Amino acid sequence: MSEMNTPKPDPDNRIAIGVTFGNANSSIAYVVDDKAEVIANEDGDRQIPTILSYVEGEEYYGQQAKNFLVRNPKNTVAYFRDFLGKDFKSIDPTHNHASAHPIEANGTVSFQVKDKAEEDAEPSTLSVAEISTRYIRRLVGSASDYIGKKVTSAVITIPTNFTDAQKSALTSACNDAGVEVLQLISEPVAAVLAYDARPEAVLADKMIVVADLGGTRSDVTVVASRGGLYTVLAAAHDYEFTGEALDKILVDHFAKEFMKKNPGIDPRENDRSLAKLKLEAESCKKALSIGANASFSVESLAQGIDFTSTLNRLRYETISRTVFEGFTRLVESVIKKAELDVLDIDEVILSGGASHTPRVASNLKNLFPESTNILAPSTTATAINPSELQVRGAALQANLIQGYEAEDINQSTHAAVTTVPHVTNAIGVVSVSPSGEEVFVPIIPTETAVPARRTVTVPAPKDGGDVLVKIVEGNTHIKVTKPEPKTQESSSKAAKVEDAEDSNEDSDASDEEEEEEEEKREKVWKIGTTLAEAAVRGVKKGGKVEVSITVNTDLSVVVTAKEAGTKNFVRGTLSG
Amino acid sequence: MTTITFPLPSLPQGWAAEKDFKPVDKAIKEATLERTIEPIGPHFLAHARRTRHKRTFSEDDRIQAQERAKKVEVDDDSDISEPEDPMTLALQAKDWKTQDHYKVLGLSKYRWRATEDQIKRAHRKKVLRHHPDKRTSSGKTDDDNFFKCIQKAADVLLDPIKRRQFDSVDEEADVEPPTKKQLAKGGNTFYKLWGNVFKSEARFSNKKPVPHFGDDKSTKEEVEEFYNFWYNFDSWRTFEYLDEDVPDDTENRDQKRHTERKNANARKKKKIEDNARLRKLLDDCLAADERIKRFQKEASAAKNKKRLEREAAEKKAAEEAKAQKEAEEKAAKEAEEKAKADREAGKKAKEAAKNAAKKNKRVLRGSVKDANYFVAGDASAAVIDAVTKDVDLVASKIDTDELAALAGKLNGLKLADEIKSVWKGEVEKLVSAGRVKESELKAFNA
Repeated sequence: MSEMNTPKPDPDNRIAIGVTFGNANSSIAYVVDDKAEVIANEDGDRQIPTILSYVEGEEYYGQQAKNFLVRNPKNTVAYFRDFLGKDFKSIDPTHNHASAHPIEANGTVSFQVKDKAEEDAEPSTLSVAEISTRYIRRLVGSASDYIGKKVTSAVITIPTNFTDAQKSALTSACNDAGVEVLQLISEPVAAVLAYDARPEAVLADKMIVVADLGGTRSDVTVVASRGGLYTVLAAAHDYEFTGEALDKILVDHFAKEFMKKNPGIDPRENDRSLAKLKLEAESCKKALSIGANASFSVESLAQGIDFTSTLNRLRYETISRTVFEGFTRLVESVIKKAELDVLDIDEVILSGGASHTPRVASNLKNLFPESTNILAPSTTATAINPSELQVRGAALQANLIQGYEAEDINQSTHAAVTTVPHVTNAIGVVSVSPSGEEVFVPIIPTETAVPARRTVTVPAPKDGGDVLVKIVEGNTHIKVTKPEPKTQESSSKAAKVEDAEDSNEDSDASDEEEEEEEEKREKVWKIGTTLAEAAVRGVKKGGKVEVSITVNTDLSVVVTAKEAGTKNFVRGTLSG
Repeated sequence: MTTITFPLPSLPQGWAAEKDFKPVDKAIKEATLERTIEPIGPHFLAHARRTRHKRTFSEDDRIQAQERAKKVEVDDDSDISEPEDPMTLALQAKDWKTQDHYKVLGLSKYRWRATEDQIKRAHRKKVLRHHPDKRTSSGKTDDDNFFKCIQKAADVLLDPIKRRQFDSVDEEADVEPPTKKQLAKGGNTFYKLWGNVFKSEARFSNKKPVPHFGDDKSTKEEVEEFYNFWYNFDSWRTFEYLDEDVPDDTENRDQKRHTERKNANARKKKKIEDNARLRKLLDDCLAADERIKRFQKEASAAKNKKRLEREAAEKKAAEEAKAQKEAEEKAAKEAEEKAKADREAGKKAKEAAKNAAKKNKRVLRGSVKDANYFVAGDASAAVIDAVTKDVDLVASKIDTDELAALAGKLNGLKLADEIKSVWKGEVEKLVSAGRVKESELKAFNA
């Protein structure tokens, strides 16, 4: 990374935006009055295709460049983000089939395009870093035009599996474009932040699955949100079940339709026809996310023959079933990887372009219990546009940190600050259910980063008096209740049971025969080791007790139990 | 904070512990896992702050609360509270044109620098204090003159156009150019005082930023930029505020137009006067500016240096040429003198030789006379003549050395025979050498 050209704007004069630099599409956002605004570029696009095209020395980007995939594929560079910071051997050039092909030059991934106006000019060999710099310059230029001031800095989202080489390649590409990189933040957490920054959001301890279904890759992540601190517990990356795969299905479908009417002509064999098919298939897919019917029409698809057809959503969902199920399996596998159960998940955030598809959301709704909140446009009316989640999060983060010195930001994101112990067992207090059973009340949930402080208010016994505050550790396990065998075919999903913590008790519950029964699965807290006991004496009738637990960095636990509204309290410390 | 529905258990009988707290287990230590939290979001910012400053939750809460409290104090009106003097309070509303609006609102230390927000807050504060309803309720007269003044001041100052017009004629904000007495202190006073003058004048500038006056360390470029800026000053200052009221009655149009014309002319005149004033200010400053003098001196020193060097070189060259010429002249003179001396010496030698030859010839002639012309008795004139002729012939045939030798031989000889033998010998020698023919020397062979 070149230190020389790193722009260093003064924190007071920074204009910082959020940037999502995706493999298929990019977005830019800016915070106005504490609200993130996704910026539309000159063409009016908020999802700006990550494509650069050169026609007679003129540079085009975004949707204009994408349209040149039909007429000028050789000088159009697309899907280059994932090549940044990688060597030629490890890249996957599949998606570049219909645009400029990557080549190896000077030890880096490069593209050969004619970017000069002269007719007979030699094609230039541009490294992927140079392409990225040019693209980012255009992207940031659009943002500057919108804001009316020169953008100096940006927070950029990256997938969780970006290597250090990729990160530094991205940073230097930005620096070369004259933009300071304030921070690189991971895409799923940016999406979470976009939801958590809504004014109506309440701070809660949540377990969140972020399903980012993008154009050329899908990433699913399990994020523990504990008091506003986010920890990634598990992540999976997939290059099969993507928006591109859905396009492919539609391309094949319509190609066959065309061939039915025009036997012997396969539009997929001609590059130009294929490019036209792809473009139309993508808009058809988008239309089907909104309406139940979509038309598909291409003029002069192949051999001068126009083609018009329609497709309804049901048919679309049938032919794309494999991909949709792939998404669902992907989500399941990540939850498994995090050693959790679908019952542990409080929220599912659907992000990325393919998340607009209603079927994807409804599949996930079936996977998760009723209590899980699925945040997608088709299931939740107030959901944020899934395509804009990450860039909103990035813009919010940019707004948050733009006032700090670059050195300060570096220090704060250092591993010494970010790597902290997380409690694996929940810590809580014992309460009594009406039937006299001891019930665990979690105060500090699992996977909470320490130091942590939580307070709950628990009612005292009806008559008041002396109260026992028993601080215990707790675990969850999945309790499966098998109903009496029924003859009726179960229509519910047959989810594989995976016990989160404790598998001894219910290991026999998951097998083939249960597929026919409707089983009842629930998350049950189990009381573990007792950590401490304390007594609050003389609580008034109908009084309440505030129990506050603080786990310090050295893992010592401070317990405070206080009668609400009085000065009657006990405090004790468990040294770690 | 979460609220739970199920109640806590009652304290069992016989439960007791020191200070009512009984630690049981320390199991938490084993049950943790190192993970990386994502450095994103406001809560992470708080976490980073706590970790980096090693604060606990309650410490951080307290410090944050204090910081917030400080902000509240800044929002307080402390910056706009000024004591009200009785003169201001006694202002009459009808004289609003002459009142100092900033002073009325208690912003006299800010003047043109006051922000809109400050003006708004100051206005509100004054209104709350001087509202006529409050005055009457506290038993004072219902004189609302000052309240009207406040309203008028806010009217003017909250309208950007009117405020500019007022600021244009706000003499209170002017800084007087320093007097000689003030400048006599020396040091940096000059820069400080003039700097303040131009800082206050800069408020009229259309172009921002206005270059600083600088100090004695400013470079030539900075100083030149400063003066260039000010000599080409682009001012927004207008003098509409001092306009005479235009009568708005429709019955006398001519009167109205006349006043308008008068106002326009007055404005123009004042603008010209103001430009002249600024020009004079600049001239005064420039004249007294030590930096300019220093730069001029430096510039002329640099120029003179060149000239002096050239002159010195020329002088040196001239001197060298002169010295060479003199040396040449001297050498020529010496050569000439030497030649002259040589010539004279030659001449002398020649004359001496001539004299010697004459003398020798005389000796020769004398010798033949002594020998009585080789005849016995008185020699006849013809003999004398013949002998003398022969002697002269011999003398002419021999060179000076031989002549001298011959003369030496003959000198002192008195006897005729001896003389004759010498001559004979000489003649023989000459004849044998072929220089003289025997026949020519008749007398000696006689």
